[in-house]
Amino acid sequence: MKNICKLICVVALVSSSSGWAAGGGPLFEMHVDVHHQKSLQRGAKTFVNYCLSCHSASFSRYNRVAADLGISEKNMRENMMFTGRKFGDTMTVALTVDQGKEWFGAPPPDLSVKARSRGANWIYSYLKSFYIDESAIRGVNNLQFPGTSMPHVLWEYQGLQKLAAKDDHHDAHDDGHGNSHASPFEIEVPGKLTPKGYDAMIVDLVNFLVYMGEPAQLKRQGIGVAVLFFLAFLGVFVYFMKRDYWKDIH
Amino acid sequence: MTNKVGGIIGWVDSRLPVIEFWEAHLSKYYAPKNFNFWYFFGSLALLILVLQIVTGIFLTMHYKPDAELAFASVEYIMRDVNWGWLVRYMHSTGASAFFIVIYLHMLRGLMYGSFKQPRELIWLFGMMIYMCLMAEAFMGYLLPWGQMSYWGAQVIVNLFGTIPVIGDDLALWIRGDFVVSDATLNRFFALHVIAVPIVLLGLVVAHIAALHTVGSNNPDGVEIKKNKDADGVPLDGIPFHPYYTVKDIVGTVVFLFIFALVVFFAPEMGGYFLEHANFEPANPLATPEHIAPVWYFTPFYTVLRAIPNPFWGVVAMGAAVFILFLLPWIDKNVVKSIRYRSALYKVNLFVFLIAFVWLGYYGVQAVTPTASQMALRLSELYFLFFAVLAIYSTRRSAGYYIMWFIIFVGLITLYDVFRNNPEIAELTWKTWIIPVAYLFVTLIGAAFTNLDQDKPVPERVTS
Repeated sequence: MKNICKLICVVALVSSSSGWAAGGGPLFEMHVDVHHQKSLQRGAKTFVNYCLSCHSASFSRYNRVAADLGISEKNMRENMMFTGRKFGDTMTVALTVDQGKEWFGAPPPDLSVKARSRGANWIYSYLKSFYIDESAIRGVNNLQFPGTSMPHVLWEYQGLQKLAAKDDHHDAHDDGHGNSHASPFEIEVPGKLTPKGYDAMIVDLVNFLVYMGEPAQLKRQGIGVAVLFFLAFLGVFVYFMKRDYWKDIH
Repeated sequence: MTNKVGGIIGWVDSRLPVIEFWEAHLSKYYAPKNFNFWYFFGSLALLILVLQIVTGIFLTMHYKPDAELAFASVEYIMRDVNWGWLVRYMHSTGASAFFIVIYLHMLRGLMYGSFKQPRELIWLFGMMIYMCLMAEAFMGYLLPWGQMSYWGAQVIVNLFGTIPVIGDDLALWIRGDFVVSDATLNRFFALHVIAVPIVLLGLVVAHIAALHTVGSNNPDGVEIKKNKDADGVPLDGIPFHPYYTVKDIVGTVVFLFIFALVVFFAPEMGGYFLEHANFEPANPLATPEHIAPVWYFTPFYTVLRAIPNPFWGVVAMGAAVFILFLLPWIDKNVVKSIRYRSALYKVNLFVFLIAFVWLGYYGVQAVTPTASQMALRLSELYFLFFAVLAIYSTRRSAGYYIMWFIIFVGLITLYDVFRNNPEIAELTWKTWIIPVAYLFVTLIGAAFTNLDQDKPVPERVTS
């Protein structure tokens, strides 16, 4: 046995020294809450007003969003839909792929399931990481996604920030309320919102994107609890049935 | 008795022997009374097979096997089809659950010697089922047409391209195009929903028919048919129905509870059951940074990557699967169950399990120099398991064990000298200790201690 222990120790030592490759992980972290309906509603509003001009969400339907988020059909039609759209339509955009290529270099991606492929933290970090960069075509660059072709659409809310002088931003972790311990950025031009206000806006938007990635998640867990209760009840029942059948087997 | 049954059953039975079938396979099929936890996985595998077929049928009602439409049709199922998300999650979770259950089922066979004479054919059918499952899972994974679907298929089909002479043509023939494309998607769909399932069902019937011919093994590895009462009923056997039907129902409910936990609360399972990158539609022009197969293929994928030469990597990977087929002829020790086998056999099996799981772990990680050295060492352990198993078939002299120790250490060292490059020299020789320590314990240990001694097997099952 001693030899096995030794072997396991050697193997464990060797493998632990391998280290983890530092990938392009999210700069900041947020707390996702898709059951916060007011937050989803605010996020939806931001989404249709700012994102949906260029990005589509072609798997998501207006009526489903309205129903899931407790938005009335009237409110949805008047405030969140462009004229000429049907209530049951998916959230497509007029922008064509060719126009997208011409204006942005690459067509803006569909956002329906972006939160599932990129993850909430990545999108959250991306939307907070635009900074002034004179060398970039649009005058802004992005620390999360360097060289991005998307302009800083929400700049009037956040204002414009520049990179902070010291370069230790890789350890920065945001607590989800704009209270970053060591923000890599400094505000250059203040926006309409305070850093906290802008952060809340982005949290709402990302919450909405996470919801949109999988609308079923709003009710999935509730159904799951019912299923588990049923199975637990059934489990007790079948266990005693088995015990009764087996009582004469020794 | 059969003649006395009246009514509808009697009418049918005089035309089709349903009662005989019922008795042969359920009410008078005598299974050992001492089945333990490990014996749930056969019936669970059958349950998942049915689950996959039923959910699969509902998915095909809405899925579109077309490169332009496939990704969107899956999202349509997830959003617009009533309960579509549940059916899809059950199918995707079912795929992983299938492999978990099958791996545990195979481990049961390894532990209790269920592959040994007279059950070789059951094992062979089982291995063929496993191969079919791998094909089924691989082709099914292409269907959502996400980035990982696409590039995973690209990588795996390209493996066939490494075969000398016919490789390129073979890969072309499989894809039906020069790259994975709409043609590939269409044929994989056909194979996934019709061809492989039919073969799979046939093999399952053969697997169970062969099992019911020779009878089930048990945790003691004792043949219950050797001790029968006056009526020819095994003394340690109990009718499968009702005893094991009611027991398997308990197992089924426990399994469904765990299954529901995943389906309803963690269907992505942290990116292991549904990979994050697969929510990005397939893009033939953008190769993902890190292409990882789904977890159940990763042990073999690591064996593939452990060898720098692509062709020999494919050979090693193929051998890692194929060698399992030969198990009944590799391990010829008459003691079946791990309960009565030697301490060193237990060590051997334990190291094999660790190696297999660890190989799987490296398969989902990015390649680093350490990882690729460890992958090689673990692959060596994987194959050495079988060699040591063959050596343990009968108890030999100390000289025999020492001879094999020298041969294996020599071969490993020779390969290391041959492949060694100065950049990884330190790593190479640091990890060299792993297979050598393993061989030292299993072979030198067998030569100089009594730890290779099997225990006496009882006449009857113990509990």
